[in-house]
Amino acid sequence: MPETFNIIISGTGGQGLITLTQIIAEAALIEVYDIKTSELHGLSQRGGEVETHIRFGEKVYSPLVALGSADLILGLETLESLRAFFYANSKTIFLVNKFTLSFPGSPKEKEILRKLKTITKNPKIIPASEICQKELGKEVVSGIYLLSYAVHKKLIPLKPNSILKAITKIVPEKYLDLNKKAFELAAKPGFKHG
Amino acid sequence: MKKILLGNEAIVQGALEAGVDFVSAYPGTPSSEIGIIFGKIAKKHGIYFEFSTNEKVALEAAVGASFSGLKCLVAMKNFGLNVASDALLPFVYTGTKGPTVIIVADDPSCWSSGQSEENSRAFAYLAHIPILEPSDAQEAKEFVKLGFKVSEKFNIPVIVRTTTRIAHQKMPVEIGKIKRSKTTGRFVKDVNRFVTMPPRVLEMKEELLDKIERIREFAEKTGIIQGRASDKLGIITSGISYLYVMEVLKEFKMNIPVLKLAFFYPLPEKKIKNFIKGLKKVLIVEELEPFLEKEIKALAKENNPKLQILGKDVLPEVRELNTEKVGLAVAKLSGKQYRIPKSSSLNVPKRFPRLCPNCSYWFVFSAIKKAAPKGTIFGGDIGCYMLAGFPPHNLQDYLSCMGSSIGIAHGIKKGSGQKLITLIGDSTFFHAGIPALINTVFNKSNPLIIVMDNRITAMTGHQTHPGVGQTGMGEPTEEIKIDEVAKACGVKNIKVIDPINIKELQNTIKEFLNKKEVSVIVARRMCAYWAKRLKRKK
Repeated sequence: MPETFNIIISGTGGQGLITLTQIIAEAALIEVYDIKTSELHGLSQRGGEVETHIRFGEKVYSPLVALGSADLILGLETLESLRAFFYANSKTIFLVNKFTLSFPGSPKEKEILRKLKTITKNPKIIPASEICQKELGKEVVSGIYLLSYAVHKKLIPLKPNSILKAITKIVPEKYLDLNKKAFELAAKPGFKHG
Repeated sequence: MKKILLGNEAIVQGALEAGVDFVSAYPGTPSSEIGIIFGKIAKKHGIYFEFSTNEKVALEAAVGASFSGLKCLVAMKNFGLNVASDALLPFVYTGTKGPTVIIVADDPSCWSSGQSEENSRAFAYLAHIPILEPSDAQEAKEFVKLGFKVSEKFNIPVIVRTTTRIAHQKMPVEIGKIKRSKTTGRFVKDVNRFVTMPPRVLEMKEELLDKIERIREFAEKTGIIQGRASDKLGIITSGISYLYVMEVLKEFKMNIPVLKLAFFYPLPEKKIKNFIKGLKKVLIVEELEPFLEKEIKALAKENNPKLQILGKDVLPEVRELNTEKVGLAVAKLSGKQYRIPKSSSLNVPKRFPRLCPNCSYWFVFSAIKKAAPKGTIFGGDIGCYMLAGFPPHNLQDYLSCMGSSIGIAHGIKKGSGQKLITLIGDSTFFHAGIPALINTVFNKSNPLIIVMDNRITAMTGHQTHPGVGQTGMGEPTEEIKIDEVAKACGVKNIKVIDPINIKELQNTIKEFLNKKEVSVIVARRMCAYWAKRLKRKK
């Protein structure tokens, strides 16, 4: 692991970015890392673009991931992962939900994905929303699915068990079962991720 | 034990550990969570909490509680302090009886505060109020406690100023023991202390200035100096900027001395003079206006006139700082090479925030579009309905501060006579709209005011307000009806309409636009998001 591990989560308002951020931070705390995160609240987030920053390591000062220094960009929406390119360098891993929330004037998903493949060598594009909808009947846990995928594939240097513990701590009782299912779904050996 | 806390959560924790008794707030990003959390936990901890009508009233409530001997916390965003400032200045003169801390959250880069890029540190000069600037969530907690300590020791209110990147930053925070609170104090009459009137008020000012010098002595013992002493380079910073400085020094593997200030006001002048003594170059790292830089330049004149001071010549005065910007400045200080990694612009089209799918504002905007003749002016105010300014609506021709849509509408009507519709939310109407509404009646102008009454303060996370019928602690209370307020203010043309009756709304807009007097439509329907949440709670 690098001295500090830098994650950008990008997506749109309502996709649960703040909860995901909290889960990763809790998991990093379980593994006794220093942590800083940054997020924005308020009107601009109503269905608009959202990005959160998570940094953990031995000692972390700034809550913001610097330009070109993200280790992982976790994109919950295709166009928003493109927007986060800002923070990427040639080694940055893009883990992207194949889900597009289009609006008047936005490019087509095909175009976005093509672009994504040109800017990064190894984008991992996973239809998490579609899988979660199909398998669990709820698209909203696609973030948890992707997070589970990321830790099981060692794209985030945290133990899957720490993430699971963090989920149990943070997610309200009512939704815990669903979230755990999404986590386990992505962890199944041999499961085809779309 | 350490817990991951948001800066605002850490502030609440600090207040609990200090044994706060009385908390008042008006919501405003990035300070809103403070009130939301106290609303939920106040009863359990034996604390009084309220969402007040506006920040001035919130501060006045705390003034009264402090005069009664209670330990008070008031929370607001930067612009809230402007509203509260009328009450702030005399409060610093009278001083506190119960210790009082005021949380003020600035928002460099205007992430959620569009009216101006305010630097609330300037209030220190205007009001002679001590200001503490934490750097991270842990320190936010510590500085709330330090603020109470200073307030208790010197009988003066203290501001703890955060910015978005502290208020909405998360980190592991050491949790301490919570002190017991009390909800009842006692007001002991003391005219000499609580009445600001000349000639006494001038004595009070003398006492205040004297107090500030004593606090300056106290401040000399605060702040951190780190890094190896050097005879050449140094950095002075405070608040969030300190984190960027340390990040850069870590990246550059540099170990030059850094003075991190806790107090913005009063400044520990001796400490600064000692720090700059013998240095050749010092870099001042602060966001927005160069207040520290000016102070330090003045101090250096006496102490080290040859000192080269870098500040706003190498750092921007507009927009928040970050590691990259500070990296460039430190590179200039030290003669290092540093290049911000070039970020290729991908030209991704902007995704505008949108009204929620079932929001009743869709109906209001649509009715206005259909009913308003060409050339109608549309006034905006602070709330979710600011989205009227974005596509596809484009219904916002001016926008300023809380409640101003009506005051400005009156001026435009008087000045131009053009047709005009203003939008104002329910909470905003109570906050600052009522005096302006009275002014339209009093001074005879005729804008059409549409109060977007969605029964909650929606934009900042659904806080109660005087029209809801429930206090910030969840207790039932009188529900103040906006149409009745308008009637009592002398408004003749008033109609309450559920905006899903779009035809009725349209016809009323048309009718009211032709009235000679001011008109008010209360477009009443609960925020769809809030309605869903309430249903889920049940």
